[in-house]
Amino acid sequence: MALLDVKDMTQYFGGLCAVSEFSVALEEGQLAALIGPNGAGKTTVFNLVSGFYKPTRGEILFKGRSIKGLKPHDVTARGIARTFQNIRLWFDMTVLDNIRIAQYHALGYGLLDCFLRTPRYMKREREIEEHAMNVLERLGLREVAGEFPKNLPYGVQRLVEIARALSIKPALLMLDEPAAGLNSSDVEGLIKLIGDIHKDFGLAIWMIEHQMDVVMSLCSWIKVIDFGATIAEGTPEEIQNNPEVIKAYLGDDTI
Amino acid sequence: MKRLSVPALLAAVFAVLVWASQTGAMNIYWQSVVMFMGVNIILSSSLNIINGNMGEFSCGHAGFMAVGAYVSSVLSVALFAKSAAFGDPLLSPHLAVWIFPLVLLAGALAASLVGLLVAIPSFKTRGDYLAIITIAAAYIVKSTIENIGIIGGARGFMGMSSVMRAMNDTANLPWIMIWVVLGTIFSVWLIRRFIYSTFGKGVDAISQDEIAAEIMSVDTDRVKLVAFMVSCGLAGLAGGLFAHILGYVNPGSFTILKSTEVMVMVYLGGMGSLSGSVLSAILITLLMEALRPLQIVKWVVIPLLLVLLMQFRPEGIMGRRELADVFPGLRKFYKFKG
Ligand SMILES: Nc1ncnc2c1ncn2[C@@H]1O[C@H](COP(=O)(O)OP(=O)(O)OP(=O)(O)O)[C@@H](O)[C@H]1O
Ligand SMILES: [Mg+2]
Repeated sequence: MALLDVKDMTQYFGGLCAVSEFSVALEEGQLAALIGPNGAGKTTVFNLVSGFYKPTRGEILFKGRSIKGLKPHDVTARGIARTFQNIRLWFDMTVLDNIRIAQYHALGYGLLDCFLRTPRYMKREREIEEHAMNVLERLGLREVAGEFPKNLPYGVQRLVEIARALSIKPALLMLDEPAAGLNSSDVEGLIKLIGDIHKDFGLAIWMIEHQMDVVMSLCSWIKVIDFGATIAEGTPEEIQNNPEVIKAYLGDDTI
Repeated sequence: MKRLSVPALLAAVFAVLVWASQTGAMNIYWQSVVMFMGVNIILSSSLNIINGNMGEFSCGHAGFMAVGAYVSSVLSVALFAKSAAFGDPLLSPHLAVWIFPLVLLAGALAASLVGLLVAIPSFKTRGDYLAIITIAAAYIVKSTIENIGIIGGARGFMGMSSVMRAMNDTANLPWIMIWVVLGTIFSVWLIRRFIYSTFGKGVDAISQDEIAAEIMSVDTDRVKLVAFMVSCGLAGLAGGLFAHILGYVNPGSFTILKSTEVMVMVYLGGMGSLSGSVLSAILITLLMEALRPLQIVKWVVIPLLLVLLMQFRPEGIMGRRELADVFPGLRKFYKFKG
């Protein structure tokens, strides 16, 4: 059984068909990519899977159960975490708080515990903080735990966003253009980091990425969409030589 | 040491205020100023959860205050005093001292339930539209009260002074001062525990990026519900205290003017700053007293203050910071965050 099984997912925005008959089956621990020209509908696919939109048609199964129509926080609680194309951290809260808040799905206490500072509350808050620090440590972000993201360089903000998503302990991590805006040395670091995370945490990673060196060096399977429709899928070699893909990217020399 | 410094300070303040009220070292006028200060602290620090931490714009805080004021007043009069509306007291007036906190609590719970009137629309509505809903909710409350004959309608409701007298007969202490100071400490303490928990930080997450909050597993509807209910409930507690300080209430005390007053306190203190809300509630209460001779002109001065504030220091006295961020030296004396 596939970890994520999307069947014939279709999304209209008014008259615009942003995603059409999209299907994908991601296995546990797989590292896959979703690529396509600008405006192809890639981010919309992520938004549909994470519950931000409800698809016009189609089915989304995660671990064998339908997650279509669930609220985003429920989808996340079931084990799908993501980052955003345009960084969406809480910029006026410390990095540590950013990670802590992402533990909401596993809070384990209620309002009354919070007022009374019950042992359960104290224990969970301690565990949450420890867990957050561990995740930050793992990504080499321990030093910035007390900083506000707004004061951090762009590359570090990207890492914090990945840390926040990872801290949810997802079974599937979706990265929306993680290399966007990074310089070439940062990109190398990112490739290594994603590879390491993938190995260490044993999770499935699905990424949208325009930089082909990132995709080609990491992903074992690639799906290409254009104008919402799938135009190709397969291994990096197959994709690189696919005439449809080359056509879609014509004039774009990234491939 | 550090852990105990704040409780010790609060205990000292409490003792001094009770002693000064009991012996008359503080005259009746100043006693009432201090008590209104307490009520205002509760109002501004609770509104700060919504207008500061959550970044919404509630203009109806006085409405929730009214619910607490009326529910607790009606309960305390029905239970402990002889009145035209409810006849003989249901319980012995000597029990008032013990049961009064529950009466206040009932007022707070009622106010937090009425808070649902705003909390539920807030799931789908934000910003200006929600602000309009808060105004509407406050008007619904006010008109409802004005149209219930048994609680005096527009004329108001009284009899709470005899409840306070009954407490005095049981034990000769400045009871209302005691309840106001305890209620104020309780409220600020509750809010502090809430907003510094991971649970409560969800409120700030919503204000900074609601979509990110929802996708990062924060159940934003639940957070909004809790935030509104806590905020409105405490406004209700403030209302209950307010009614018992005055000894009577009428709907005219809970107009948009009162809500505005509380908003001025929140924005003067700095949105999202709990210590800012407390400080500015104290300042504004004093200022209002100082301006009392101006009577209605006061209502030119205070909005003008708001205009100047927004022009020259829109972030308020404290910005988003707390006392301990402004004066890091304070951390030596008390344990702040967490
Ligand atoms: N909420 C929305 N309402 C209307 N149209 C939308 C909405 N979201 C996306 N679209 C449209 O859907 C199409 C696909 O957008 P999407 O953001 O998914 O593209 P993308 O493949 O992620 O592009 P990029 O590489 O630029 O990030 C675009 O034409 C976009 O304008
Ligand atoms: Mg995109």
